[in-house]
Amino acid sequence: MASYTLKINGQQKTVEADSDTPMLWVLRDELELKGTKFGCGIGQCGACTVHLDGNAVRSCQLPVSAIGENEITTIEGLSEDGDHPLQQAWTEHDVPQCGYCQAGQIMNAAALLKRNPNPSDQEIADATHGNLCRCGTYNKIRAAVATAAKS
Amino acid sequence: MTLIKTKVDRRSFLKTSALAGGGLVIGFTWGCDPIEAAKAPPKEWFDINAFLTIADNGTVTIMSPNPEIGQNVKTSMPMVVAEELDVAWDDVVVKQAPLNADAFSRQVAGGSQSIRSSWKILRTAGAAGRQLMIQTAAKEWEVDAAQLTTKEGYVYNGRKKLSYGELASKAVITEIPEEVALKDPKDFTIIGNSKTNVDMKDIITGKPLFGVDYTAPGMVYAAALRPPAFGTKLKSFDDSETRKVTGVTDVVQFGNKIAVIGSNTWAVFKGKKSLKAEWEKDGKLENTTNHDRELRRLLDQSNSNSVKRNDGNVKTAFAQAEGTLERTYEAPFLPHNTLEPMNFFAHVTDEKVELAGPIQTPQWTQSRVSQLLERPTSEIHIEMTRMGGGFGRRLYGDFADEVAEISDKIRKPVKLMFTREDDMTAGTFRPASKYKFRAAYKDGKVTGYHLTGAGIQMGNSTKENWFPAGGIENYKVESHNLRSNITTGAWRAPVTNFLAVAEQSFFDELASEMGVDAVQMRLDILERAKNNPVSEIDYEPEKMIGVVKLAAEKGNWSNPEPGVSKGFSCYYSHNTYVAEVADVQTVDGEQRITNMTVAVDCGIVINPEAAINLVQGGVVDGLGHALYGDFSFVDGTPQAANFDKFRLIRTKEAPNVDVHFVKSYNDPTGLGEPSLPPAGGALANALAKASGRRIYKIPFTKQDISIG
Repeated sequence: MASYTLKINGQQKTVEADSDTPMLWVLRDELELKGTKFGCGIGQCGACTVHLDGNAVRSCQLPVSAIGENEITTIEGLSEDGDHPLQQAWTEHDVPQCGYCQAGQIMNAAALLKRNPNPSDQEIADATHGNLCRCGTYNKIRAAVATAAKS
Repeated sequence: MTLIKTKVDRRSFLKTSALAGGGLVIGFTWGCDPIEAAKAPPKEWFDINAFLTIADNGTVTIMSPNPEIGQNVKTSMPMVVAEELDVAWDDVVVKQAPLNADAFSRQVAGGSQSIRSSWKILRTAGAAGRQLMIQTAAKEWEVDAAQLTTKEGYVYNGRKKLSYGELASKAVITEIPEEVALKDPKDFTIIGNSKTNVDMKDIITGKPLFGVDYTAPGMVYAAALRPPAFGTKLKSFDDSETRKVTGVTDVVQFGNKIAVIGSNTWAVFKGKKSLKAEWEKDGKLENTTNHDRELRRLLDQSNSNSVKRNDGNVKTAFAQAEGTLERTYEAPFLPHNTLEPMNFFAHVTDEKVELAGPIQTPQWTQSRVSQLLERPTSEIHIEMTRMGGGFGRRLYGDFADEVAEISDKIRKPVKLMFTREDDMTAGTFRPASKYKFRAAYKDGKVTGYHLTGAGIQMGNSTKENWFPAGGIENYKVESHNLRSNITTGAWRAPVTNFLAVAEQSFFDELASEMGVDAVQMRLDILERAKNNPVSEIDYEPEKMIGVVKLAAEKGNWSNPEPGVSKGFSCYYSHNTYVAEVADVQTVDGEQRITNMTVAVDCGIVINPEAAINLVQGGVVDGLGHALYGDFSFVDGTPQAANFDKFRLIRTKEAPNVDVHFVKSYNDPTGLGEPSLPPAGGALANALAKASGRRIYKIPFTKQDISIG
């Protein structure tokens, strides 16, 4: 067990954890940030997507010891009151069915829009291909990302 | 306008009582049909159970009784109550009701039946509330109730108005009306107008909603090691390495399994990996190759038990035919792969058993845990969380039983978490199945039809009274069941999730062999079934004809765009009629599905945007599993355990899905499943047109055809 001081959603947090503990479980079990979801544990589904210095990463593959000074943003820290253009577009298109993958989908798309504010339909499809939605809301996810890009 | 009784024999359907802080509670029992039950006057009041509350500020809380699994019932069921209550949707707060078996009779998410079975109950509950408001206002104003109207939470007498909030506290002394008026569906203002998912804000901001998010003071975590193969049992285990893992606090055996207990999820997952267990053979170690051989053998058998329906004389029809066609279709087992892995919470104490988590069948779980722990059901409380998908998997509460047993042993509040590997390999799978279709034709008509199905523990693998029953003179359907120690169960659209793919592929090839249009062939059979059915049928051909024509029109069946190959499919299931047109185009030498056109008749569409979403999702699910679904066993061991080996459909493989609903004022039917069964067949038929090759086996991508 070691002590780690992490920058999460603009705040300093100190946690005790084994060095190999994935950020996913530090966020969920130690910091009670439940928005980041566990889906597969092997970086295949994208449900655990967070931002590491603005880039979308799979928190299940990210050991707490590897974070260092880098800043983590989770779905809870994406916007002040849930009004990020993607969150608004998700509401407008009524995207979720079960809703489980959607925080990961939004975090993944937010990183896309940050580096490419005007993605083409093909670029949206390419960038969201890594995030599974078992309910099959892909039509709505693609439409909502396009709407958010326009706003 | 329909008048509907609010009282049932023996118990009252509705009852009012004052709330501690003022306001009004209207309790109602769900799941019993008030029309059927309205034969005798009530003899006693029944306890308040499910309810809506009206606060003095006019806010209305509507309890949603059924488990929310992504099928939108938590939004659409309260919409129905709000419609008849006649309140503004913005004034409605929705809450998830806990399991209350006395109050709610069908707290189940399954079979696409939530809306269909509760439609009248929900409407009556709302309408009775509205009538109560009117009667209370009539007393206040000392006027005849008949001259009063309501709108968006107010009772009107000409220009004078009183809000439901003002009336609520006075309404408690008013008798519940014995008969209430239901709105004419043409006057609906909430139903038929899209309302955003009531959990939207929480979902998009990452609030705890799901079973995995549930916590309780003092809660510990558990992960379980289960037998790695069906047909094996625990012989011995060594937990010395496990106990060294940081955060692991205990290791307990329960039955054939070992639970690792610890202070966080990662600790128990790591601890489980460090367990050294020895397993021994406890039964047959089954193999997919053997299953395939056995199922094929069964397809060639016939006996008095196998025949489900036999119209006319199939043998004669084949003997007198101009041509015949015989084809066999094959599908593997499938795991459900809900994105939220199985998990459940339990806290067993001397006083009670608290359970919480994602479950499609809370009442069944309560009774099983009652037997397992030998505790009365009155001591077992179940809280339902939002579910990260179900698709049938969460009908089976094996994980709830497990955590109840673990908590009973350790006497702590505990959350059992499945890893993805646990989730994919522990069962309960969609059974593998095979179908053999034979058809005889003469003079451009199908004259004989013989279907034989064989599945692994799926009971009757056919739907003998559905299409094309009634539309073909000589018609025989048989089914065989193969036993196995691999646990199988319902998987989204049980039986039909593959039967429809096979059947609709067969009809397409048959039409091609006969040189007739694939849509016209279906219409011909449906016309016969509608006008002069051969014996009884369990579907309405006219509704099927409606969706077939609508899909053909919207999907440009008769006039395909250049370079587009079209495949047609239609299927009736879960009381809903669906027809689909798949568009396949050749891109870089590979066939790619680019668009699906879907026509649906599900009666009244309650929440249109959510309904479109569900239909699109079902289609994508059907396509995905037809393309990639691959799951086999070697010596009882599943050959895929995570998404690196089991491929699920992703966004670039999912086509645009264009959804069209038949305009209808019929009572609503379900949408959670019916768009899935036809999807794979439409795709197979479009691929056949594009490539000249037919596909007879799932997964399509592993057959002799190039799919991009």
